Amino acid sequence: MARIIVVTSGKGGVGKTTTSAAIAMGLAKRGHKTAVIDFDVGLRNLDLIMGCERRVVYDLVNVINHEATLNQALIRDKRCGDLYILPASQTRDKDALTLEGVGQVLEELAKDFSYIICDSPAGIERGAHLAMYFADDAFIVTNPEVSSVRDSDRMLGILASKSRRAEFSEEPIKEFLLLSRYSHERVKLGEMLSVDDVQEILALNLLGVIPESKSVLNASNSGTPVILDEQSDAGQAYSDIVARYLGEEVPHRFIEKEKKGLFGLLFRGK
Amino acid sequence: MSIDTPLSENQIAALQFKSSSFNVPALVLASHELETISSQLEKKLTQAPDLFKNSAVLIDLHKLTRKNAPLELAELIKILRSLELIPIAVSGATETQNKLAIELGIAVQTNQTLNNLVVQTTSEPEINATVVDEKVVEAPPVVLIPPAKENKVITQPVRSGQRIYATGDLTVLAPVSSSAELMAEGNIHVYAPLRGRVLAGVQGDTQARIFCSDLQAELVSIAGIYKINEELDKTVKRTLVQIYLHDQALLIEEL
Repeated sequence: MARIIVVTSGKGGVGKTTTSAAIAMGLAKRGHKTAVIDFDVGLRNLDLIMGCERRVVYDLVNVINHEATLNQALIRDKRCGDLYILPASQTRDKDALTLEGVGQVLEELAKDFSYIICDSPAGIERGAHLAMYFADDAFIVTNPEVSSVRDSDRMLGILASKSRRAEFSEEPIKEFLLLSRYSHERVKLGEMLSVDDVQEILALNLLGVIPESKSVLNASNSGTPVILDEQSDAGQAYSDIVARYLGEEVPHRFIEKEKKGLFGLLFRGK
Repeated sequence: MSIDTPLSENQIAALQFKSSSFNVPALVLASHELETISSQLEKKLTQAPDLFKNSAVLIDLHKLTRKNAPLELAELIKILRSLELIPIAVSGATETQNKLAIELGIAVQTNQTLNNLVVQTTSEPEINATVVDEKVVEAPPVVLIPPAKENKVITQPVRSGQRIYATGDLTVLAPVSSSAELMAEGNIHVYAPLRGRVLAGVQGDTQARIFCSDLQAELVSIAGIYKINEELDKTVKRTLVQIYLHDQALLIEEL
């Protein structure tokens, strides 16, 4: 049975699409057949981040309207055969999405895939609601600043009350916190909320901290999910997150300044 | 929100609606024979004349309606009044009876779960009627059972934008986020950081109280009298407190 993960935040620009792309690639690289769906109809971006924008023929709205089959619309990633992308429509708006349509698409995907990642648009309106409605797990992407934290909190309330699981009184959606664009230097200077501050407000299971990093922008510009940049701190952070999500015990990194290990001390002079 | 709008200077609140409850004996009827009812009731009242003198009664017709044996409501009311009872409402009556009741100035009680007991008048022949009657006299004929109020318990965090309403008391065991709203007609207890808005006694119960282990609320209110976060004293913030009304003033007291 497929696991449906929504990547959501409420607020825009916090890193939902970057996270969706990285997590999807991370799961697929580990051999799990994964689909990632862009729910941001009208403001489609996921195809750019995934580097498949020139291969889009059909999209999610076409599938919902039965203008194309799911197989026609799914784009297979060139770097990883287990990863498929279902792009959003750029010429339509979010009203083109219907609950039944989205339900059918997810049901069909669930037959073939182990993980389905729903990249939610910002806001709490139709697109965001439909992206999270069928979810089993939710990745809440939050930046360490007050407005992002409050929006995430609001989103958590909606997950707890307006999802399918809530409406059918099933086991609630599992929620995970991803703190992105984190800079321990700025936390130290008091310019940013710390992990503890955010945890205190949201009271959520922390899946990982993604440091503020140039590699994210570079990755986006080149259409490569940042998780493939194994040298970068953000790429490593996403690898850790995938591992933790799959149940591995990985200690948290990037929360505090890296302590130099033995080698760091030995080579300090250089 | 039940915060009273402030009155202008030359306006004085002449009245106020408040929720209250009192117990009324219910006259549960099992027969539609008015004569039988009249005679049995008279006999009962003579056993405890002071208890029922000028007492309000609720006419409970559930049994008769179920048996499809409606009685002459107007006549029954006359009988009750002649015996110095004050019928105030009917319950379980048929629709025509309900209409008639309202015409006669008597309320219609539709709440099926009302806990009220019980002065029974039966027409079924009782073999040892006297024994039964004695028992009734020994035991207090009106048993007062206060209606069970909802006591809501919340164990999940209350998120920004969520609202929780309890008709009785409300207990929250998880954090309440800023811009979340807790409302209860009774008391509110919060055993985790409280950052949202919290309103107890929203139907006007001035005895309601708020208890919380970590007060950081945006707004606290009891029976419409409120304080916003800025007005909270520094000494009570982030501590274990109780909040209650005393002479129309909201008091916050460290526990």
